Amino acid sequence: MLFSSGSLLADIHGLVFGAIFLLAYSGGMVGLLDLHSSWETRKGQRALTKQLAIGTWAMAIVAWLTVITGTYLIYPLYRTEYRAVLSSTFWNTFGMVLKTHIGWFAPILATTVAVVIWRYKTQLIEEKRIRYALEVLFSLAFLTAGIAGLLGALTTKALPVY
Amino acid sequence: MTNIQQKEIPVSDEITSPETQQNRAIPNGEAAAAFLAAGVGCLTMGLLTVVETPFGSLHTLLQFYPPSGSITGISTVMVIAWLASWFVLYRFWKNKQVNLIKVFALTLAFILLGVVGIFPPFVHLFA
Repeated sequence: MLFSSGSLLADIHGLVFGAIFLLAYSGGMVGLLDLHSSWETRKGQRALTKQLAIGTWAMAIVAWLTVITGTYLIYPLYRTEYRAVLSSTFWNTFGMVLKTHIGWFAPILATTVAVVIWRYKTQLIEEKRIRYALEVLFSLAFLTAGIAGLLGALTTKALPVY
Repeated sequence: MTNIQQKEIPVSDEITSPETQQNRAIPNGEAAAAFLAAGVGCLTMGLLTVVETPFGSLHTLLQFYPPSGSITGISTVMVIAWLASWFVLYRFWKNKQVNLIKVFALTLAFILLGVVGIFPPFVHLFA
């Protein structure tokens, strides 16, 4: 059998959902940075904000799917298989503990960004401070997801889920 | 007879549409509420992670889904705190202009405290 059910779930969680989120960050960030009144016509600004809203909402949904599948589907398998070493190995006491917690920051931050973009639309072009705040929060969402993804990938190498 | 050539004047899409002119700008209070609520959510996770470590009863109570452990309870309370604080802050700030710099600085402080609270070496100080 090519994949066990556990490893397939772990792949969907990390390689599909997690990767989509991390890769989509660059597109979203370029979109946010492009929101300058002097660079686009009004029509272009409306199109850009619409694209940004769709893209950030898609990212937020994927982030929620990532943390929910990880917490409720894969983590129980991990805890069952490695029950004997849960309190002793570095991979669990540091890696998995930090990963399971910091990962939850990403969907909250991503959803915040998506809602503000969807609500303010082209007004964001004039609202420099809100835009800068969105760029920071968007980057923090990426950073927290990236840390969780890295720790997950490394821990899975040491303690794979079957 | 002079042929008067009618020059077509292109309608610039720089001109704002009537609908846009009618829409009022949304005050920054809505954005500020969203930002600070996200900070509250992150801070909640940090606080709960620290507090549940020395208290076994709280650790057990937070195991909403026992196969996954207390992270299920911590994350659920975090989401509730995030949404509840968003609702309250939105009610207070939706029609207001607030000091966005101060609010965002507080948001970042909350997120940082949340990260510190979940960092295992720090959490183990309370074990």
